[in-house]
Amino acid sequence: MHSPTAARPRSRQISGKPPWFLLVPGLVAAAVALLPVAYLVIRAFDSGTGRVLEVLARDRTIELVVRSLLLTGAVTTACVLIGLLFAFLVVRSDLPWRRTLGVLAALPLAIPSYIAAFAWVASPFDMSGFRGAFLVLTASCYPYVYLPVVAAMRGIDPATEEVARGLGKSAWQAFWSVTARQVRPAAAGGALLAALYTLSDFGAVSLLRYDVFTRVIYSSYRSSFDRTPAAILSLLLVVITVTIVVGESRLRAASEHVRVGGGTARTPTLIRLGRWRWVAGSTVVGVLGLALVFPMVSLSYWSATGLSRGVDTSRLVESAITTAWFALLGMIACVLLAVPVGVLAARYRGRGSAFIEQATFAGHALPGIVIALALVFFGIRYAMPIYQRTPMLVLAYAVLFLPMAVTSVRSSVAMSSPRVEEVARSLGKTRGQVLRQVTLPLAAPGIAAGAALVLLTAMKELPATLLLQPTGSRTLATSLWTETGIAAYAAAAPYGLGLVLLAVLPTLVLMKVQAGR
Amino acid sequence: MSSTLLSRLLVLPVLAGFALTGCSSLPGGDGASGKDGEDIVTIYSGRNENLVGPVIDKLEEITGVEVEVRYGDSAELAAQLLEEGDRSQADLFFSQDAGALGALAKEGRLATLDESVTGSVLAGYADTEHHWVATSARARVIAFDPEQAPEVEKMTSIDDLLDPTYEGKIGIAPTNASFQSFVTALRVDRGEDGAREWLQALKDNDPQIYDKNGAILDAVDKGEVALGLINHYYWYEKQDEVGADQLNAKIHFLGSDDPGALINVAGVGVLSSSDNVKGATKVIEYFLSEEGQRYFTDETSEYPVVPGVEARDGLVALEKLEGSSVDLNHLDSLATTLDLLDEVGLT
Repeated sequence: MHSPTAARPRSRQISGKPPWFLLVPGLVAAAVALLPVAYLVIRAFDSGTGRVLEVLARDRTIELVVRSLLLTGAVTTACVLIGLLFAFLVVRSDLPWRRTLGVLAALPLAIPSYIAAFAWVASPFDMSGFRGAFLVLTASCYPYVYLPVVAAMRGIDPATEEVARGLGKSAWQAFWSVTARQVRPAAAGGALLAALYTLSDFGAVSLLRYDVFTRVIYSSYRSSFDRTPAAILSLLLVVITVTIVVGESRLRAASEHVRVGGGTARTPTLIRLGRWRWVAGSTVVGVLGLALVFPMVSLSYWSATGLSRGVDTSRLVESAITTAWFALLGMIACVLLAVPVGVLAARYRGRGSAFIEQATFAGHALPGIVIALALVFFGIRYAMPIYQRTPMLVLAYAVLFLPMAVTSVRSSVAMSSPRVEEVARSLGKTRGQVLRQVTLPLAAPGIAAGAALVLLTAMKELPATLLLQPTGSRTLATSLWTETGIAAYAAAAPYGLGLVLLAVLPTLVLMKVQAGR
Repeated sequence: MSSTLLSRLLVLPVLAGFALTGCSSLPGGDGASGKDGEDIVTIYSGRNENLVGPVIDKLEEITGVEVEVRYGDSAELAAQLLEEGDRSQADLFFSQDAGALGALAKEGRLATLDESVTGSVLAGYADTEHHWVATSARARVIAFDPEQAPEVEKMTSIDDLLDPTYEGKIGIAPTNASFQSFVTALRVDRGEDGAREWLQALKDNDPQIYDKNGAILDAVDKGEVALGLINHYYWYEKQDEVGADQLNAKIHFLGSDDPGALINVAGVGVLSSSDNVKGATKVIEYFLSEEGQRYFTDETSEYPVVPGVEARDGLVALEKLEGSSVDLNHLDSLATTLDLLDEVGLT
């Protein structure tokens, strides 16, 4: 029998130093994640501090930082609102067809933002500029908030709300005062991923012609062939990222809750929407129409046009298999590195583990090209045997997507109580056994969710794949890039559709894992 | 459920070990890159696979040289080659424009080509220091909607675009390398002040900004804008894709010594760190052979750069085409161009 526990935040940690089998792999993960930052420092200060200051002081740099932050702020806010609303409607309300809508609401994650942007560009509607970038990025990113919040709401023991009800609160008040507070860490973690994705996005903003920070970085490489200003501006992006990450961890630290046990199968009380159900229903349908139906219809239309003209099917299949294989390896590498970091961050809060956790996020807002060049720099010097081979690309995916897995592992470990682990210790288990037999099994659904998230994101990756993949291999994203490079929309669309369909699988796994909790 | 998930998670380290120890037999495996010996020519191509893949297949067949190609964006590949330094496995860099080749040459990453190679093209289509040679050329043109702006056909200068009639109706791609090369030519031709003046006047005419030439042509074709600045071959490609009767947009060559009539090139250079200069040179020689030149002419609708090869139907021969007299070797000051575009606010 599980009993509700409202353990106080400070008792969430385990006293004492973290064991070596967490600390050593954690440090390895941090070192890997910091490679791009190390490269940027080397490159930026190559031509002296004066140059750094000169680039930073340009009016345009400041203007673009402001524009980027505005877009990021707007997208993140919208993602949090949509994510929370949808999670509430799916898990706790009596909205009709909420199970089906719940699955559909996660699917925009399978559509790469550059494909959604392409759908708008190829349409008769004028969506260029801020509104287009805002719409496309919000549609692509709100699942980052929605999914963990759904998981957190499902994971909360209904008994805590029942206690509140017993104290005289209404169903709505009980939800607001108990459950809404408990999902704050999950929402904050999701908001962080959404914010960093928006900062790092290049494909959608460039297609929709909204000028932000990543575009200066790209144009610095593309037209001045000068890597120094690009490196300096990228470092500025790292500073902004770290500021956001630290802010999020403060917000989270103030509100984490734990419980004992793996969870109950009981369904919590549903809150009746009454006459609000029409408003709620049409909001959900409206968002899904823009985020899912529209891009899918556009993509299907162009695919049909492309397929009728004949598409190289064997190349399509080969690209799909290669995409799945690279992404699968990237997922494995990410999870292996993320487990120690996530457990450390959830259990041993101290300077060391805070550093390790934040280090894994440092490069997460960097555009893919920067990460790719960093790995070119280190790879050819210190890892020549694997340079432009599969392991190198897997390493790049690990650097790029580690934070997604870390967020999932940390929040799922944080939701179980360390007291259970202490009980296991007192029964004579070693710390390694406790990790294997208690901590990880309890966190398994969250870890699996993180793995699925990495898998589907890695499938969409382009810039690092182009520079680091083994010579001669093709993924769906690189084939799509080849076709759009000569503006053949119709010929490109089948690869886009293939990519979306392939990414739907891990998205459904993600939903299933969380629904099973 | 948790226990089955856990058992699956425990399989992961095994799989990962497998991945890290090399897995070339699996899909997307490492293929031939593992045996990069003296006889394979590794090309870093900034030109699209769909455009140049067939000609590379053909040259392998004809010359017997074994070739491996990595495709990417020209500038990103140039950055990659600069980061790789002397350890690079690349033998040949095939660039979409002269700028990326110039950047590598400046850093000493390109070897000097034999004069018999650089001398085989039309005058002005090779680097004066023999670091690179053009393989094909393209012209800047004005794409226009004949319903909205039939008078474009009579234009001879980019100054005609500044007419208030075209306010809000001109499409440009200022972040695209082809537009930036044009602005560089404008600077070389009219000086910094003259270029700034023209750009400012263009900006005051409220041009619509796109990220690619293809997007501009689509906009002109749909009538969203009356005219746009693009490269000539986008129009030919679009015509081949949708059919001549489906294409509303037309193109016009300014046909005068004007920066708007700039002729730019795609070209190749051999890396100074190459261990197969002989093979790489054979590849260049094939690109410049009659057969290679015919390919660029017929399949990608570009201009041949070797004397005696005729351009595609409807295109005036390169030797006879009246274009900007700006020397391509002077188009390496892109950083200054970018600063100017920043200053004017066209990005």
